[in-house]
Order: sequence, then structure tokens, then C-alpha cells
Amino acid sequence: MAGLTQDIIIVAQADSLQEGVVAPANEQAAEAGEHATDTHATTEAHGGEEAHSAAFPPFDPSGFAGQLLWLAITFGALYLLMSRVALPQIGSIIDTRRARIEGDLAEAERLRKETEKAAAAYEAALAEARKNAQAIAEETRVSIKADIDNRRADVEAGLTTRISEAEARIAATKTAALANVDEIAADTAQAVVARVTGDATLEEARDAVAIVNRG
Amino acid sequence: MADPTKVDPIHQFALTDIVPLGEFSFTNSSLFMVLTTGLIGAYLIMSTQKRAMVPNRLQLVSEMLYEFVANMVSDSAGKAGMKFFPFVFSLFMFVLVANLFGMIPFFFTVTSHIIVTFALAMLVFIVVVVYGFWKNGFGFLRLFVPSGVPIYILPLVAVIEVISFLSRPISLSVRLFANILAGHITLKVFAGFIVSMGGLGWFALLTPLPLILTIGITALEFLVAVLQAYVFALLTSMYINDAIHPGH
Repeated sequence: MAGLTQDIIIVAQADSLQEGVVAPANEQAAEAGEHATDTHATTEAHGGEEAHSAAFPPFDPSGFAGQLLWLAITFGALYLLMSRVALPQIGSIIDTRRARIEGDLAEAERLRKETEKAAAAYEAALAEARKNAQAIAEETRVSIKADIDNRRADVEAGLTTRISEAEARIAATKTAALANVDEIAADTAQAVVARVTGDATLEEARDAVAIVNRG
Repeated sequence: MADPTKVDPIHQFALTDIVPLGEFSFTNSSLFMVLTTGLIGAYLIMSTQKRAMVPNRLQLVSEMLYEFVANMVSDSAGKAGMKFFPFVFSLFMFVLVANLFGMIPFFFTVTSHIIVTFALAMLVFIVVVVYGFWKNGFGFLRLFVPSGVPIYILPLVAVIEVISFLSRPISLSVRLFANILAGHITLKVFAGFIVSMGGLGWFALLTPLPLILTIGITALEFLVAVLQAYVFALLTSMYINDAIHPGH
């Protein structure tokens, strides 16, 4: 500050020298000297040009009341404007945005969890289905095998019956045929004997055939 | 000024009546107070009118100012200090815009008058004292009795604390006022050198020197204008913290 005031003094003095004005002769400056006892010394060298006073303006008490009044009015208005309108408005914008971002993040987290749950459910369903498929395949295989076995058993049983029936029929036929052979043989033998010996009964021929058969 | 080449670094601080009302005339100072309030109010309200979820540049500036001061208050004075946020914000914006208006040529600098800065500082002081006593009763006086100080030097420390507390409005106001005043005078003096040297024959060749200096000081003054507003608001928040939490 000290260096600066020296500058001011130098410039101020240079000014007054240039103009050739002797400051104290100025009536306003003298008046300023009266009431500006606490103001800056440099201002006295200057010579007043303003309506308010010749004193160093920032320290001039004659301007104090007016500045205080207007400061009170303007700063009061500013405070009201800020506290009632501007700051709540900006604050609500920021809060809304913060709430929105937090809400969105929570929503994203919720959706992520939901996705994970769905993925887990899908995996479980897949495993279940695979297990079921195996069981069904096994069951089907078993039932088909059982079916095949049953049918084969049925078929085999049917075949066996028919074979034994056929064998029985064959045996019966054979027996009948054999019996006919004996009859034919007896007839033939009687005829042969009758031709050779003259007589032989059918009973004697039959006995002879039976003896031959036994023999 | 009659002669435009004449350099008068003090003239810029003079009050001139615009609407003469005697003692309470509407002066150039009053005009710039009104402009300051008007600009702040208009900018903050109009730039945030749309309440856009994704802010444009103008709205972003308002939001950054808001969050800057809000963080400053809550960092220094805590959650309880936030009820003074509009007050600190108004102070910060008023000082900032008044300082920056002062950087425009031919504009009056409201904060270059001690009465203005002193009034603002006294307002802070009164708010702190009144709220301090209203909130803490006589417990507010603990502010002057730091804990952990040996009993035999406590009276001395208490006296120093009281003096430093009482000198706060002076230091707060003089810091701002002196910075702005000195800066503007320096700027004007150096700028004046350009003109005076131009008329001094061979010295005219040296005029780029003060020109460069003037440019440098202009940049410095912009920094000072912003910094002093910040310092004023920051100290206000810290003083408010004292009113809320008087125990050291």
C-alpha cells in the first residue's frame, strides 16, 4: 500500500504541475481539508472537481449514507431473490437429477438381479429337462423291450402249441396209417394164403401179420 | 475530465449523482449495485428456467456456482451451516460480480469503497454474533477460550482471541477494499504512463513497456477480483462455523 500511495502522490503532483493549478487556493479543496481530517493526504493536492466532495472518494463520509442505503436495498433484494427463487430452483434441479441418477442405478441393479435370477431359472429348467429326457428315454426303452419280449413270448407260445398239435396230428395220422397197413397186410396175406392153400380165415391172417410185426 | 490525456487514477472512484436525492442520491455506485443484483438474479433465474435434466452451458454455469458455494459452506460449517447458504451465496455473487464489473472500462467498482465492504463485513459479523448467542447462549463465549491451553496463560490467550474476533470485520472489509482499490489505481497509473511517455519525445519508444505491464496487471486483476470474492465467502463460512460450533 505504501508504495502505491507514493505513486499516487507522484502522479497527482505531476498532474497539478502540468495544469499549473495551485490546489489549496481552490475553495472546494479547502473545504475538503476541513472535514476530511481522516482522509488521504494525497487528495488535497488534487483539487475537487466532483459535486460530492474533493476528499479521496473511497473515504469520503458524505457518500456513506447513500451507499449504505442503496447497498441495503440491492443486497436485500439479492438475498431475497437468491433465497426465495434462484437457489431453490437450482437446488431442485440438482436434487431431481441426483434422485433420477440414483433411481436409474437402482433400477439397473434390480434388472441385473432379475436377469441373473432368470438365467439361473433357465439353467435349472434345462438341467431338469435333460434329466426328464433321460428318464423318458429309459422308460420308453424299457417299455418297448417289455413289449417286444411279451410279443415274442406270445408268438413262441403259440408256435409251440401249434407244433405240438401238429406233432400229435402227425402221430395220430401215422398210427392210423400203420393200422391200415396191418389191415392191408392181413388182407393180402389171407389172399395169398387162400390162393396157395385154399383157405385161411381173416382172423388167422391177422394173427400172422401181428406175429410178423412183433417179430 | 476536461483533458482526456490527463491521468487521474482517483477519478474512477468518484461518486456522481444520477438521480439527485440529497443525502441518498442515486449515484453511479447505486446504479452498479442495482446492475449487480439485476445481472445475478436475471442470469441465475433465466438460465435455469428450463430445469433441463441435461443442462446446457448457461445452466451448467449456474449449477457450478451453486455447488461451488454449497460445497464451500458445507465443508467449513457442516450441515448446520447450510441454512446460511443463501447468505454466503449472495455475498459471494455480489462481491464477485461487483469486482468483475469493475474490470470493464468506465464501469464503477462498488467494492472499491470502504463503506460498502465494511457494511458487508459488519453484516457477517452481526449475523455471527447474533446467531452465536441465540444458538449457544453464553456458551458462545467458549470461542474465546481455546481448550488445551495452560491456565496461567489463558487470560492472555482469551484477550488475544477477543481482539482478533473484534478485528474480523475490519480485516475482512479492508482486505477486499484494499485489493480492489490498489489494483485499480495501479492499473490506471501504468496505463497513464503509456500516455505520458508518448508525449515525451524519445521516451515514446519505451511505451510498450508500460503497455505490457498493463496487460499483465489486467490479467492479475481478474484473478484478484475472483479470488477476493472467494476469500470473502470462505472466511464468512468459517466465521459462521464459529457461531455454530464455538468450542475449538
